Amino acid sequence: MREIEYRDALNEAFDEELARDENVVIMGEEVAQYNGAYKVTKGLWEKWGDKRVVDTPISEAGFIGMGIGASMLGIRPVMELMFWSFHSVAFDQLVNNAACVRYMSGGLINVPIVMRGPANGGTNVGATHCHTPEGLFAAFPGLKVCSPATPSDAKGLMKAAIRDNDPVYVMENTLLYGNKGHVPDPSEGDHVVPLGKADIKREGSDISLIAHGRSVLHCLEAAETLQSEHGINAEVVDLRSIRPLDQEAIIKSVKKTNRAVLVDESKPFCGVSAQITTLIQEHAFDYLDAPIKRVCTIDAPAIYSKHIEDEQLPNARRIIEKVLTIA
Amino acid sequence: MSQEKYFVMETFNNPSVSPLDFASSPINRALTAEQKIEYYRQMSRIRRFEQGSLKQYNMGKMGGFLHLYIGQESIAVGCASLMGEHDHMITAYRCHAHALAVGMNMNECMAELFGKTTGCSKGKGGSMHFFAPDKNFWGGHGIVAGQTPLGLGLGYGLKYNGQKGSALCFMGDGAVNQGAFHESLNIAGLFNIPVVYIIENNGYSMGTSQKRSSAYKDCLAQRADGYDIDWDLVNGEDFYELRAKVNIAMERAHEQSRPTVLEIQTYRYYGHSVADANHKKYRSPEEIEDYKKNHDPINLWKQRLISEGILTEESAKEIDRSAKQETDASVVFADESPAPTIEDVTDDVYWESDNNTEASKIGRHFFND
Repeated sequence: MREIEYRDALNEAFDEELARDENVVIMGEEVAQYNGAYKVTKGLWEKWGDKRVVDTPISEAGFIGMGIGASMLGIRPVMELMFWSFHSVAFDQLVNNAACVRYMSGGLINVPIVMRGPANGGTNVGATHCHTPEGLFAAFPGLKVCSPATPSDAKGLMKAAIRDNDPVYVMENTLLYGNKGHVPDPSEGDHVVPLGKADIKREGSDISLIAHGRSVLHCLEAAETLQSEHGINAEVVDLRSIRPLDQEAIIKSVKKTNRAVLVDESKPFCGVSAQITTLIQEHAFDYLDAPIKRVCTIDAPAIYSKHIEDEQLPNARRIIEKVLTIA
Repeated sequence: MSQEKYFVMETFNNPSVSPLDFASSPINRALTAEQKIEYYRQMSRIRRFEQGSLKQYNMGKMGGFLHLYIGQESIAVGCASLMGEHDHMITAYRCHAHALAVGMNMNECMAELFGKTTGCSKGKGGSMHFFAPDKNFWGGHGIVAGQTPLGLGLGYGLKYNGQKGSALCFMGDGAVNQGAFHESLNIAGLFNIPVVYIIENNGYSMGTSQKRSSAYKDCLAQRADGYDIDWDLVNGEDFYELRAKVNIAMERAHEQSRPTVLEIQTYRYYGHSVADANHKKYRSPEEIEDYKKNHDPINLWKQRLISEGILTEESAKEIDRSAKQETDASVVFADESPAPTIEDVTDDVYWESDNNTEASKIGRHFFND
């Protein structure tokens, strides 16, 4: 079984999509000659050349707006934000031009772009580089948002995002880039993971741990301890996609286990987990044996100190403690 | 700066100096009498349409803002008159004129103002957001300078596709102070993008005059020097000059894939929007009257065509009358058209959903009850 790193899985997705569609262009700061700040685009410029893999100046509003404009003429830019945290200097382009132009034109225009890059805490870089805006962007109708946790999902979701005819914002994670996992060999066929489809990463019967991105890995770790030390059999639901959202998988799992802890690296106030909480209470209220609980990043800007940042973020210990309050 | 640029700056607002005659430039010499009259007709239509829309706005037939272009008509018409198959146009929220100039009809535009389903955006865009991709018109954008990176992208797309074209990206003089514009200029210069930035300088960014809002040496377009981009100043009331200079910029895009910044001097008779109640306070009524009387681009073009012997006062009146009738008919059309229903609200959000694709059937896209 082939195992490759998360970053290489993404790289493989780009390479395959560059080959499949001549309108796909990789753009961003340092993505070409430098091989990407996190080496996600390594080797692509050398293989595909200046036209298909483009280094841009540090001008997020300028180059993202440019990509949106080009997409209106049928180009399919896949644009890297070196950190998703840098979205703030391009916010107008991301939420007005990308998300609203289709609507304001009465459906005459579509914007087939992919915005991608890492969105995570845990690397001691301070509050400006740690934003996790998946809930923020999912709040804009017109946008789609996904957050892969594994190499296989990273490749499959990226390919789906590139082929989608709407703007898709893919939130990766610098702490996952080096993780290895099984990714089907290209010779086995086109590996595409559709947007809007959750994945049960661990079957369980006692409680549903619902998460996305790196939090899924914390849930899996917590589930093992819960099983071995507390006899609690937790199910881990990996959302993978935030919008569209696999509500059916969430509700099905909660109806089975009757308990839910939502794990979300974004902040608690109006985060992704807040939205899921309301969906569960609306659609599975009678199945709940306990209140829905959440493990989010502690509600403050990201702390720098390496001694404490991991405790501000969701982690296995915090998840276990939360689970034990209701199970 | 070239002598010609200085000359244009000095002659603007100074009727005692006769402007350079651009009528003899090749792009203008090639015009037939019919084409020249057609441009007059288009300018008249735009003015009548906007006068009509103002009347309807005041009658409460539409919501929101109404940014009128009255006084600036020569620019949209002159630029559209130069567009070929691969030339594209994008502008800000003062967009009615550009829409009509590229060939959108009055009915769809008036109906959009009225918020009706027969509007060009099905009543989902409004005054600031007219679009017609089939006519290479990409809006209609509400955020000051937000369209400037999009215009860059249209140029990028043309270049990527190997098409010999240009993207005409319009903006007001207030937009030159937004960061997105400067980021766009840098990339346009760096990547050799065939985009023409056209600053329609009507002297006021909302209620703030150019002198109170912008730091500049001789003019706003001169900022392009810092990005090694060619630029020029244009007297917007001289239709021949406007066509000649915009054509040079478009040829630079077509032949050299190089950007240009043009600053076209013009004037708006009404406020920033109809809601701008102070527009006679931040500028004098005498100033407005002077422009109407001495600098009106439609009247000046009419006089020019009369002096060339291809138009008469009577035929001009007839064109104007017909434009008014067309406007009146568009009001009736808009009035009688149906309003959107609540079911229409969630259409045109996602391409995949609108087209009922497999992708659209996976997962929940909307979060209503």
